[in-house]
Amino acid sequence: MKQKHSAKGRKAIKNTLVHILLALLAFVWLIPIFWVIMTSLRGEAGSYTPYFFPKQLTFNNYIRLFTETGQFYYLRWFMNTFFVAVCSCLISTFYVLSISYAISRLRFRMRKPFMNIALILGMFPGFMSMIAVYYILKGLNMTQSLLALILVYSGGAGLGFYIAKGFFDTIPKSIDEAAWIDGASKWQVFRKVTIPLSKPIIIYTILTSFIAPWTDYIFVSVIMGDNYNNYTVALGLFKMLEREFINNWYTRFAAGAVIVSIPISILFIIMQKYYVDGVSGAVKG
Amino acid sequence: MKKELKGVRNWFLYFIRTFKKGDCLTKLCFFIMGSSNLLRGQIAKGLAFLAAEIFYLYYLITIGLSSLAGLATLGTKQQGMVMDEELGIFVVQQGDNSMLMLLSGVVSLFLTALFLVIWRASIKAGYEAQQIKEQGKRLPGLLEDICTYFDSKIHRTLMALPLTGILLFTVLPLFFMILIAFTNYDHEHQPPGNLFTWIGLANFKTILLSGDTISKTFWPVLGWTIIWAVFATLLNYLGGILLALLINRKETKCKGLWRTLFVISIAIPQFVSLLVVRTMLNNDGAVNALLRELGIIADTAFVPFLSNPSWARITVILVNLWVGIPYTMLITTGILSNIPGDLYDSARVDGANQVVIFFKITMPYVVFVTTPYLITQFIGNINNFNVIYFLTGGGPISLDYYQAGKTDLLVTWLYKLTTGTKKDYSYASAIGILVFILSAVFSLISYRRTASYNREEDFQ
Repeated sequence: MKQKHSAKGRKAIKNTLVHILLALLAFVWLIPIFWVIMTSLRGEAGSYTPYFFPKQLTFNNYIRLFTETGQFYYLRWFMNTFFVAVCSCLISTFYVLSISYAISRLRFRMRKPFMNIALILGMFPGFMSMIAVYYILKGLNMTQSLLALILVYSGGAGLGFYIAKGFFDTIPKSIDEAAWIDGASKWQVFRKVTIPLSKPIIIYTILTSFIAPWTDYIFVSVIMGDNYNNYTVALGLFKMLEREFINNWYTRFAAGAVIVSIPISILFIIMQKYYVDGVSGAVKG
Repeated sequence: MKKELKGVRNWFLYFIRTFKKGDCLTKLCFFIMGSSNLLRGQIAKGLAFLAAEIFYLYYLITIGLSSLAGLATLGTKQQGMVMDEELGIFVVQQGDNSMLMLLSGVVSLFLTALFLVIWRASIKAGYEAQQIKEQGKRLPGLLEDICTYFDSKIHRTLMALPLTGILLFTVLPLFFMILIAFTNYDHEHQPPGNLFTWIGLANFKTILLSGDTISKTFWPVLGWTIIWAVFATLLNYLGGILLALLINRKETKCKGLWRTLFVISIAIPQFVSLLVVRTMLNNDGAVNALLRELGIIADTAFVPFLSNPSWARITVILVNLWVGIPYTMLITTGILSNIPGDLYDSARVDGANQVVIFFKITMPYVVFVTTPYLITQFIGNINNFNVIYFLTGGGPISLDYYQAGKTDLLVTWLYKLTTGTKKDYSYASAIGILVFILSAVFSLISYRRTASYNREEDFQ
């Protein structure tokens, strides 16, 4: 009886320890986020303070970020990013889903070779081609435009089919075959059987292809040059930290960073479940 | 490899075989595309092929031939003053632009390859029309043809647009950059002011063997890239699994809350979180300020998180844990919940303790399922631009290195070579190819062996 008691006690101690550990880890993970929020509310100007907690709190940084548009036009960048993200998200989702569906469910001669080629292409550093893309866009007279960004972000999207393909693989093939026997064409099977079963992976694809343009810095920086009007948030915020701007703009940078992060974080937290299901395949055969 | 070569040979042999078997209309098809379909009554199909041929020939005559020829020389006329023999004075000569010549040459090559594919398709269609007629059947009309593209040939419909995108924005630019690795397109040969030309493998020789500053940069950067990729991948992987296990324990309360707290850090764009962490870790940054306030270090002292090479390297790896562990946690959470519960039960009956269960059941299962993920993570880390670029920018800068700093990976070095002040495109491309070889070697060794590749179709 006594032994059982102490085992229970040990278990309770262990449980508490695990929870404390988790809390500590979560604290470490959240410090930078907490800090950027503090900085965005900081009343004192300048990039550095010799102390951790600000002495004055104010909403001024947020207000000035949207009202002082002479040098940096934050609201406009935000709308640019949103527009680019929505457009390329729609196109890439369509691309990724059609390629991965074809690769996973259909059998045709170029299937294996295509998968191998995609694998090989994926091994080149992604932005090795960016200079060439830049010159191609320049040839088409499209640099410094938002359309160029949309094309670049969605253009190669079809190569990222691996995860979605893995998901489609987990949908039992017998469902398709049953539909064929009932006289459905492959197109009808795709539309009426596969798509409704694939909610997690569709949401996963939408999520990732929406976030990718939000977070990309490389291509924008190469393509956009000095066309401030067409900047995206990533490039604009990066600019604020350059030596000549940082002192003036640092607290507003923090405010801008908070604003960008809030919608994406909310989206991400809501769709977390689909994210996990999408990666690991939800429909278990 | 042998299989692929055989496939390519068969692809070309098809022309000869069909030419022998075809009747005169099919044979005509070899020269006037679509004629077989056109004369046998498939008007739309025949006209489409014919239009493709006319377009290609027109392109070839107007632009194609000259740009293909330009590919060989990459320009001969240098911009500048030349002696005009007739006038007897110096005149300004509009020079060739090697870069544009190379680009249009590559575009011509791609159009030619595309034409070859269409040509073969037209011959195939022509021969099929001949066979159907010989069997005395009726040729399918346009509408029926279109219908097959939503049924038996649906893969073509689905893949047409995405493939176009991939060709235009991935394959073509990549091909162009690979070619540049074999030219001397560096800061001394910048068009339009100057020409560049083919130099074969000289760039690779300079980078790998020469003993110049470039090769003295390449080898250390390569070494650091591999060290970084190994640490970043393995530590993130282990950390992610452990965190997932901690949260997934039956006794842990508020699983969703814990998960969300960690997920927040990946939900924030990396350019935000990493730039913030960078300013926090500066010599006058928040972390040093906090350490001073807590009295851990002296009032004027600082920890050189990002300014000392060794510190910076360790900092980068640690901060990457902050970025990566939640990711792995999310992904492994799903996998962990898929492990059959009876495995654990029988292990417990046999008296295995937690540690044994972890190493004998959990890890093998997770590793088996996630090997492809591990490999992509490793290659992803070799190419991990964001963490390095936003955190240290490659710094601290070293004078021994050519345009690189102590935490630069090969890819960030590549980025600096193309967008920096010097614009050494040829070296950058060569480094890109070397990175490719590195990734290919690592993945060939491991990926080919994994069951999930070889038995790809078993699970369907």
